[in-house]
This record gives sequence, C-alpha cells and structure tokens, in this order.
Amino acid sequence: MELHQLGVEELKNVLDKGGVSPAEVLDSVFKRIDAIQEKVKAFVTLTREQAYGMAAAAGARGAGALAGIPIAIKDNICTKGIRTTCSSRMLENFVPPYESTVTGRLLEAGYVLVGKTNLDEFAMGSSTENSAFFTTRNPWDLDRIPGGSSGGSAAAVSAGMCAAALGSDTGGSIRQPASLCGVVGLKPTYGRVSRHGLVAFASSLDQIGPITKTVKDAAILLNIIAGHDAADSTSAPMPIPDFTRPAGMDIKGFRVGIPKEYFIPGMDREVEAAVLAAVKQLEALGAIPVEVSLPHTAYAIATYYILATSEASSNLARYDGVKYGFRAGGKDLLETYMNTRAQGFGPEVKRRIMLGTYALSSGYYEAYYGRAQQVRTLIKKDFEEAFKSVDIIATPTSPTAAFKVGEKAADPLQMYLSDIFTISINLAGLPGISVPCGFTREELPIGLQLIGRHFDEETVIRVAHAYEQSTDWHGRRPKL
Amino acid sequence: MGESDIYEAVIGLEVHAQLLTDSKIFCGCSTKFGLPPNSQTCPVCTGMPGSLPVLNRKALEFTIKTGLAMNCIIAGFSRFARKNYFYPDLPKGYQISQYELPVCEHGYVEINAGGKVKKIGLTRIHIEEDAGKNIHEGGPYSLVDLNRAGVPLMEIVSEPDMRSPEEAGAYMRKLRTILRYIGVCDGNMEQGSLRCDANVSVRPEGSGAFGTKVELKNMNSFKFVEKALEYEIKRQISAVKKGERIIQETRLWDSAAGVTQPMRTKEEAHDYRYFPEPDLVPFMPAEEWVREIGASIPELPDARRARFVQAYGLPEYDADLLTSERPLAEWFEEAVRLGAQPKPASNWIMGELMRLLNEDGISVEASPLAPAGLVELLSLIDAGTISGKIAKTVFEEMYRSRKPASAIVKEKGLLQISDESELSSLIDQVIGANPNEAGRYRGGEEKLLGFFVGQVMKATKGKANPGMINKLLKEKLKKD
Repeated sequence: MELHQLGVEELKNVLDKGGVSPAEVLDSVFKRIDAIQEKVKAFVTLTREQAYGMAAAAGARGAGALAGIPIAIKDNICTKGIRTTCSSRMLENFVPPYESTVTGRLLEAGYVLVGKTNLDEFAMGSSTENSAFFTTRNPWDLDRIPGGSSGGSAAAVSAGMCAAALGSDTGGSIRQPASLCGVVGLKPTYGRVSRHGLVAFASSLDQIGPITKTVKDAAILLNIIAGHDAADSTSAPMPIPDFTRPAGMDIKGFRVGIPKEYFIPGMDREVEAAVLAAVKQLEALGAIPVEVSLPHTAYAIATYYILATSEASSNLARYDGVKYGFRAGGKDLLETYMNTRAQGFGPEVKRRIMLGTYALSSGYYEAYYGRAQQVRTLIKKDFEEAFKSVDIIATPTSPTAAFKVGEKAADPLQMYLSDIFTISINLAGLPGISVPCGFTREELPIGLQLIGRHFDEETVIRVAHAYEQSTDWHGRRPKL
Repeated sequence: MGESDIYEAVIGLEVHAQLLTDSKIFCGCSTKFGLPPNSQTCPVCTGMPGSLPVLNRKALEFTIKTGLAMNCIIAGFSRFARKNYFYPDLPKGYQISQYELPVCEHGYVEINAGGKVKKIGLTRIHIEEDAGKNIHEGGPYSLVDLNRAGVPLMEIVSEPDMRSPEEAGAYMRKLRTILRYIGVCDGNMEQGSLRCDANVSVRPEGSGAFGTKVELKNMNSFKFVEKALEYEIKRQISAVKKGERIIQETRLWDSAAGVTQPMRTKEEAHDYRYFPEPDLVPFMPAEEWVREIGASIPELPDARRARFVQAYGLPEYDADLLTSERPLAEWFEEAVRLGAQPKPASNWIMGELMRLLNEDGISVEASPLAPAGLVELLSLIDAGTISGKIAKTVFEEMYRSRKPASAIVKEKGLLQISDESELSSLIDQVIGANPNEAGRYRGGEEKLLGFFVGQVMKATKGKANPGMINKLLKEKLKKD
C-alpha cells in the first residue's frame, strides 16, 4: 500500500522503523492531494509549506505519539496563524491569533497539519452543500455528497489525502459523513474533549472527535485530544484512561441494545440489512443482542432543531462586521449590521438564526426552548433506562447511504432527517462511533453506530474494534 | 380635598458595582482603568470565534461577600444566562449575565433617613460582565475600546421601598459604604465604578397600588441621583394632577439642564432573549466556602457605629462620621489603642485631619500623619507642654513635615509658658498698658477678660498656658 493510504498506527510503525522520513510521507500525501483535490474538494486551505516545516521538526525530534503523521483539521477548529473559515464568507479571511486546545495538543504530539477541510457553513448541514465555497464530493461516487458537516474531513481520510482528521459533531457531523465515506468517526462524550478553539455552533451539543481509517486510530487520537482543559469550563475534570487498551479485548457476554425505534418503516432496506447483519456478527463474537426502547426518539429532531438553533442564534451574533471577518458597509450602524449579515451568511445559517431567534423570543420561550429542554431530559432518561440492561446500543448511523449532490438541497426538512439516528446521542451527551459495516449494491459505504454510556468510550472502542477486526469493510478503499 | 391631593413617590434602585478584582470576569486580562484602547484584551473578551469564558473565582467570592454583608440568602445553585442584543461595544452580541438564578436574593440594608432607621429590601444581587465603550470623535465613524469589556460587575436590585430622593440618597451612600468596607468596590460614581438606574412612580399617599414606573438613567453622582429623582417626582405628580397619564419609558437625567428627558424609544425596544449560558456550568458554592467568606467580612459600619457610641462614649454624630469609611474608623481606633482619649481624638480627626486631607484631596489611607503622631500631640497638650492653640500649628506641621510633635515644638520654640512668675510680670505689663479696659472690667464688664487673654496670648505668640492666664488675670484684676 502507498504511504498516503496508511492510517495513524500503520504510519507510525513505518516511521518508527526508519527508512521512511516524515517528508517522504508528506510527498506521498501531497501527490495524492494534487491528483484528486480538484475532484474531491476536501480542503478549503492546504498548508503545504507549514506541513513540510512541521515534518522536518518532527523528523528532528522523533518523539511524540504523532510525530510526522499528516492530519487534516476541520475548518471550524482554530489554528493559530492559519485561516479558519468555517466555510463561510463571514470568516473567509479570518486568521485566528490563537490555537485551539485540540490542535495545541496535536502539535505537542508532533502532528503535521496537511490542511483545513471543508464543511457545511458553521457546521450546519449534512452534505457540505452549505459550504460557501464548494461542495465536497464523496470519494466513492463523485456525484454524491460525502455527508456533513465534517464532509471534508471524512472525504480526505477516505480518499487517502491524510492519515486521519478531526471533525466536530453537533448532531451527527462526525458520524454521518464517516458512515457515508466508509471510515471511522468517533464523537466523544460531551465534556470529554475541550471545545476551546472550536467555533461554536451549538455550545451544549458541539464536540470534537477523530475521523480515522480504523477504530484503533480513533483511540490513538482520542488519547491525545481528551482531557480537562482550564480554558473550557464544560470540559470534564475526569481521569483519561488509555483508550487504545480496550482495542483488542473480546466482547463475550456484552449486552448490545437494539432500539426498536431506530428500525423504522421507510428506511433504506440495504442499510437495515447491513446493520442487522452487523448485529448478527456481534452475536457471533459472543455479544448478546437485547431489544430496548428509546420511547422519545420521535421528538429528537424537533427538540434538536429548537435547542441547536437557539444557541446558534446567539453564538453567531458576534459576526457583526465590527471586530473581524466580513463587513459590508451601510449608511448607519443598523444598515451595516444588516448588510454584513445578509451578505456574510448563507441561506441555511440564516434559516437557523431565524428559527433560534424565534424560539427564544419573549412569549415563545416557554413553549419552544423551555419545552425542548424538558424533552431533552426525557431523551437522556430514555438512554439511562436502556443502559440499565445493556452495555452498548447499536443502530444505523444514517438512514441512507450517500445521496446525490442536489438531491435534498432544496428541502431542508429532508436534509434534517439525515441526522435522525445521530441527533439523540448529542442531546443525551453520550459517546458514539460509526464504523463501516457494509456496502450497498452501488458500492456505497454503510455505517454501524455504537453508543455508549457517559464517559464510557472504552466500551464503545472495545466493541467497535472487535467488530471491525472481524470484518474487512474498513480495508476497502474507493477507486479514484 | 381628598387623599388624591397628597402623593408619594415609590422608588427602587438598580445599582451596578464594578468589582475590585485584578483580572476580568471570564479571562485573565487586567481590569486596570485608563490604559491605551484595546490594550487589555484577548480572544475571550473580544469575542473571537471559538473562545470560551472561564469564571473568575474572585468575582464570585466578592459577590457572595456582598450578599452576606447585605443579609442575602446565597443560592445553593446558580447559573449564568445570556442577554442577547447587538451593539458594537458588546463583542459577542450577548452579555453574560444572570437571569432566573442569581447568586444572592432576599436581602436588605438599613438606612437612616430623617432620623429614622428604615430597612430597604434587596430583591437580588447578580454577577455579570461589563461591555466596552464606544467612542464618538465626530468623524463618519465610531471607535470601540474593549478594555472594559469583561470587567466584573454586580447588579444590586432593591425592592421599591424608598419614598423620597433623600431615602434613595441614603440608600446609595449606605451601599457605597458597605461595598468599600468589605473591599469589593471602590464606589467611585464619577469614574463609573458605581452606577445607578432608578425606577420611580407616584401614587396617592396610602395607596397600595403602584403607579406607572419610569426608568431613570445617566445619574453619575449621588447629588444627581437625588436631583433627578426630585425633578422626576415633581414632574409625575404635576402630570397626574393635570389628569395626564404617565408613560412607561426610560428617561435620561440631563445635569446641565436639570431635567429628565425621554430616551428615544427605538433604543429601548429590546427583547433580550435570555437563555441559560451553555458555555458555563451552573455553580453550587460549597457551604464551607460561603462560611469562610462570611468569616472574612469585617465589622460593618452599623455595628461599628453602635460600638463607638457604647465603648468610647462618642456622640452619634462623631460615631457616624468616623465609621463612614473603614480606614478612618481604623485610624481612630489605632489612636485610641495607643492611648488617646476617644473624644479629643475624634475632635482632632473630624476637624484638623479631615480639613488637611480634604485640602490635599487624599484619603485617610494616604495620610502622611499616623495615629501615633496624634497620640503624642495629645499627650503634650495633656501635660501642659503646649497650648491647645499652638497644638493646631504643630498638628499641621506634623502633617506637612512628618516630624514628631516634640521635635517641632523644640525646633520652633513653641513650649507653653507655664512659669507663673514669667506670666505674672507679663500680665502686669498688659494690665498696665490698658488702664481703661482694666477699669471697665473692675466696673463689672467681666466679658473684657477675653480681651486681656488675647493680649497676653499675642504677647507670647500663643504659647501662654491659657488656664494659668485666666487664673492670674482674674486674681490681678480683682485686686486694687
């Protein structure tokens, strides 16, 4: 296999053995990028020059868990001195004066930044079609979307443009594109990873996580980015285990919950079949499937789109043209605000700001935001109840495989349904992973979602790794 | 003439007090005043994308301390809320404040107005961040200075318990005294570290209902608070008497014109869309910590005043003035501890010391004269070494030169003349030089004694022992 196709663990082994330098790894990666970026459009910004500098430094130092490993970062995670656009006109030329905590930790581990990846503007979307710049294409079928919002990161990993990537997940934005691109996507427990430097979409739901070629790689990255951060009050002061340890342990006797509400009429037959086959495979590995119920699942999308948009309407108020970013002039302050925000934001972002502003308005707050908070608690309780009888919950990641570019772009509600299986996990703050579990007849990847208890990423990784290693789905690469 | 002809005012105050922390409420920037624009800023207080607030523990401690000093209940569970509105001096587009769960509730302070002690209820005390400052220089633009953005504030909200501008003034002064006593705010209204908005309405005296309230702003001194209220109450009463309806509005005090003016309604049409701040976790101050904070509160002015009356036998007036500022009270007590008689010490402090400090425009903490100096001076007077009149000169000299009293007395030859034979011959000369007056005195005009005392003092440059002069004069004038 060529160097650019290798994941973190494999590449680390190759580099440790010597004979291959970090610069040679980069040569392979950038050759790949140069060959396919025009088609896949995974990156908003390539950081070739910095990357070679970082690779040289890593070569000189040698140490560090990620020394010389080329990694892509979703473009809503701040990188000091490197523009961070959120795929928005609003921040097209925004260069952060500070480093996010996660990339700071990757830097300490010696990583090499390949570039910043495309996303739906401000992480709002499920296809990258809401990027203000361009739509990223699915490496398995260039007519299809890669999923979103971390579509650029998932496509880059899938297409061998980097060894691994970071994404962010507010309602499924790591897991759904990972599923659609045939790679692994891990959303950690809310509070496990610092959000400091992640441009906020919905603060109580956002969480950064790895998108990788294997479950073990996800565990390696989680080891580095997880842990309390004094700069993020919502990051949990919890001990960090070695997340790679459970990768390799058996899952005999593990009780796997199958929520009946997640196998709904109208979902894609091929997806359903692949996920049920995956459950059979888990059973073959010694796990025990148990039907569970998550009765408030039907309210998850409504709840999510009230809470997430409410928070977003406030989080995005700072883009007013006064301090940084895009500014469109006007004859007075009000007109400057209105022109700046009318021209700086795309339609989906505006739609969500309006929804959220409405939900928080005086006279509607109790009926919408207040009610949604109550339902969020009920959804959390559903999971707590289910986890009394099971160790992990298995579901499809996405109700369908990758859809065609433009297929759902005109219908926001259809688009919102793409996240129907992932959203509840954010509302409950639980860890979830998507691992490849099959392909459709059209050679499109299908993902299995595994959901764990709060701060029990270890079980998630253990089960996901056991499943992955007993199948060969993760070994397939798109023919590009 | 019914009850409707006599009106009373109903006043409630909202006071903003800037906390004396070294750093801002949600970041490490300095709170220092008067530095170059935007020099005290960072990604957090300029609202950079991805930055997150982290609560300054000291700001919370100061708020709890204030709550305890003002008899509040300290919430076991409290949280922040976002107050959303657009303004260039508000970098995030929302202010982090508190809404439904403030740190302190249900307190009171006692004021003394018109010789009566009255309790003024406190609805709540909450903690929030200050905004920056817009600067209008007259060009076709405005400038924004964010040095003040993120400076910690407390909002102290009173019940509508005040009935006159005097009571409002007494309340403000009491708040200021307590805040300064416990060291959480410097109480400077002119510099804006203490700010006051008032809600005022009028109603027929004895009525239980409230009239329509008007909010008053822009009163940046104690005097203006009283004047603005006075004007506004008169305005409302005369309007009501004419049968006009009071409009609920915000009015600004115009100190130059001495009137309140309605603010443009556009500026107050706000729906702040409050919702819980998701970037900060709710906080539950540990009881032990609250106890520790309570134990750190010094004796408060009311208690100290009572003690001064009781323990030192001071008149109410003296006790009130001496306890108005903690350093002044401490200066006094130190003098007494070092051996001064309380009442003479009080007289010297309220008279000479305050006069000199006021002349120099400095506070007692900066006084060049220490309590030990006054004690020495008092002992020289008691011992008859210097006269009370000379003592004033010595006091000022001590204050100016920082030399001990005894050195000044020696240097300037100010020793009191208590030598009976020296004084006796001097008095003989004075009587001899004023035969007319002596005759009149002997004829019964005894008030002329003062004239003779004055003459002797003049001849001795004030150094004569006044008791001795009196005695000798009376003896000598009676003879013959």
